[in-house]
Amino acid sequence: MVNVIIEVSKYLMILFMAFYTYLNFSYFRFRDSWGQRKVCRRQNVAMFLMHFIAYVILYLKSGNPQIVPFYLAQVVFLAAYIGLYQMFYRNRTGILVNNMCMLLCVGWIVMARLSFDNAVRQFTIVSISALATWIIPLVMGRAWQLAGVPWFYGILGLALLALVWMVGNNSYGAQLSLSLGGFSFQPSEFVKISFVFFVAAMFYHSTNIFSVAVTSLVTAAHILVLVLSRDLGSALIFFTTYLAMLFVATGNWLYLLSGAAAGGCGSVLAYGLFAHVRVRVAAWKNPWEDIGNQGYQVTQSLFAIGTGGWFGMGLYQGMPYKIPVVGKDFVFAAISEELGGIFALCVLLICLGCFLQFMMIAGKMQAAFYKLVAFGLGMEYIVQVFLTVGGVVKFIPSTGVTLPFISYGGSSVLSTFILFGVMQGLFVLKKNDEEDYEQTSA
Amino acid sequence: MNRQVPNPKANKNILFITYLVVAAFACMIGYFGYFLQFRGETVINNSYNARLDRFADRIVRGELQSGDGRVLARTEAVGKSEQRSYPYGEVFAHVVGYSDYGKAGLEALANFYLLSSHMNLIERTVNELANVKNIGDNVVTTLNVDLQQTAYDALGGRKGAVVVMEPDTGKILAMVSQPGYDPNTLKENWDALISGGNTQAQLLNRAAQGLYPPGSTFKIITILEYIRENPNTWRDFTFQCDGRYECGDYTISCYHGNVHGSQTLEQAFANSCNGAFAALGQELDPGKMHELAEQLLFNKELPLPLAYNKSSFVMNSGADTWEVLQTSIGQGATQMSPVHNAIITAAVANGGILMKPYLIERVENGMGEEIHRFRPEAYGNLMTAQEADDLAGLMQKVVTEGTGSAVRTDSYTVAGKTGSAEFEAGRETHAWFTGFAPANDPRLVVTVVVEEAGSGGQVAAPIARGIFDRYFEISGGP
Repeated sequence: MVNVIIEVSKYLMILFMAFYTYLNFSYFRFRDSWGQRKVCRRQNVAMFLMHFIAYVILYLKSGNPQIVPFYLAQVVFLAAYIGLYQMFYRNRTGILVNNMCMLLCVGWIVMARLSFDNAVRQFTIVSISALATWIIPLVMGRAWQLAGVPWFYGILGLALLALVWMVGNNSYGAQLSLSLGGFSFQPSEFVKISFVFFVAAMFYHSTNIFSVAVTSLVTAAHILVLVLSRDLGSALIFFTTYLAMLFVATGNWLYLLSGAAAGGCGSVLAYGLFAHVRVRVAAWKNPWEDIGNQGYQVTQSLFAIGTGGWFGMGLYQGMPYKIPVVGKDFVFAAISEELGGIFALCVLLICLGCFLQFMMIAGKMQAAFYKLVAFGLGMEYIVQVFLTVGGVVKFIPSTGVTLPFISYGGSSVLSTFILFGVMQGLFVLKKNDEEDYEQTSA
Repeated sequence: MNRQVPNPKANKNILFITYLVVAAFACMIGYFGYFLQFRGETVINNSYNARLDRFADRIVRGELQSGDGRVLARTEAVGKSEQRSYPYGEVFAHVVGYSDYGKAGLEALANFYLLSSHMNLIERTVNELANVKNIGDNVVTTLNVDLQQTAYDALGGRKGAVVVMEPDTGKILAMVSQPGYDPNTLKENWDALISGGNTQAQLLNRAAQGLYPPGSTFKIITILEYIRENPNTWRDFTFQCDGRYECGDYTISCYHGNVHGSQTLEQAFANSCNGAFAALGQELDPGKMHELAEQLLFNKELPLPLAYNKSSFVMNSGADTWEVLQTSIGQGATQMSPVHNAIITAAVANGGILMKPYLIERVENGMGEEIHRFRPEAYGNLMTAQEADDLAGLMQKVVTEGTGSAVRTDSYTVAGKTGSAEFEAGRETHAWFTGFAPANDPRLVVTVVVEEAGSGGQVAAPIARGIFDRYFEISGGP
């Protein structure tokens, strides 16, 4: 009987996930808020059903009674988060809140399957992060000095990165984290955000050649420190984001093209200079050659994805734990193996949906600073998704970055919460302005 | 916050970047989908993929069959457990392999197919829901029971290996290695087989993993290099053989001190005159010789789906006289697997084009319906058609006038080369034969090596003769 439930549930989960993803894009057809709200409610239903089925399977397969209270705690969290956002921020974008919750759900399912203890820890971090960042939209509506202190962001960010480079903990050959009173955190996750604020504030004040030169120099310093710490994924995210922001701020194609050319030269240079870059590229070009060593991670990832196929092996039917660092950088392979290629594609499309939302928010912003912040954060988000998924499926060399909201790791979760909180804040700000305008003109 | 964006086209630019990102994602999603749909099955069928073993919980491992449908390996129910049985025992041991103690041979190669089920979808679903195992697919191999048995019997317990393949398709029809083991009792004998005191190496598939000095079979390569370096004058080569060839302090003797007298190149090749080839080797450019050897896949990966060891060719530009002398006649540091010799012979037989050797003909579901068929695939040109033609002519003379007399017959024509490879002073030579038949329309390549058995012409060639005879007998004549 358990067998029947597990087999059927596999397809049901894919069905609900696909339905949710479909709604995510059909949302854009509705111009009126009534239709949009209806879509959001349906999404909530699909999400809760998917979540429920997954946890039934987790319970049946693991036999761990602690799964039940854990599941209930998650349901309470999700309901409270969605409900409270609705109550306090009348003008929130519901679809963004839903997407956050859906991605968190997927993360909790995968994490609980890989390690129950880690899942509980992750859930605790998520709860604290959610609570702490919940007020961001509120604060943003009242803050007016965010654009006034570019050098605060710039120097703070650089100092943090330099500190990691000098005294950071080494993991998989890269300096990524700082230990502080028993906690370890990854400053680069937060510097990502301060960096966007820095660039936006600089370009808000001026986009003349002098300002561009200074900002580029500070960006180069960020990237250099990251490269020295061997955090190549973050270096790439910073670089791409800066280039895109520079282009949008100035509209100058020359900057975009010469920047891209400089990036190309930089990559070639890094390939020549650093052995670990060459190792990564070699492991991407032909992982089968050194399958027992350098190619091990990516080939195990491909085995997982390939064995899972379109419909997945079903929860607990695969061997995701065979992939090194599966909970962090390679979580997408675990999703694909057990929940299926279709499910994994849905996750990818949800991430892309978030990005499109971000770009719409950026487009609607009137103030240059806010426009650039929205655009920059959106770029950082999607470049990170692209790097992690691309590395896992061997589309590009693996750079060792996490999948936001799904991968295990406190810093990643908190910084993503901040990122989504700022976006939500911008949206609320804009909506409130529009309503004020409508009321005054009415 | 009322300052306007300095860039009035900001939104247009944002839209442009958005398109770029969406395009990049579209490419990645396309790649992901392509991988899942078309590449996945090939990729996951890998011994490093531990996941496949899980399939055995849901699927009854399918059968391995010979080309004419005879069972080479099947899974039988013994009470509540399952047992893999091998009806031909030791005869097919290495090439069929085993699946209980790790995996080897075809059992490893076809693992994924054997553990996949393509029975009727409804039946499969019902079984899956009822927690009953589904019947795995059967894999029909290219192997031929008659030829395998003939080769096995002909080796007759002597250490060595035989490879039989079709030059125009790359199908491997037989692959024998001796000494062998009985896969049916592998579990009981495992400890003895892998124990340090066991010097027989029964588990080693000598046909693909055994490395031997090629001896005079290497003269095929030496003479090809000579033809390349002297395209217009190679037929003019002559040599006076008095049984020993002296060069400075070094001496090269012909097999058993035979005196061949005045030799043209064709005769020197047919009689396997070491003196002539040592002299001829002195004229060659060792660097170019190295290049040719690598073109012929020495030091390279072979297009072979089974586990094998790479053949090695060391000599390079700057080699000293002794190394050149030794290498030219297939002695010295050169090492070669029997299957590699068969691969080169097959390229000669097929006008210079090597067809990738393969062992899986098709995959069928439990009802015998075809699921997947493998087609012959070209690997590429190992030599030009003219060169292959020249070599084939020279090799035919080996049989009609030289050391290959054991395969000389009126029933069909054969082209080949014998070899008697020294490997240790005072011990009997390894006997080699590699060749194909019919010489003018090649359909079968046979390569034989018998360890420490004497001369290739007397020991290895008769084994090949037996296989050619049997082949033309069952295929209705040449």
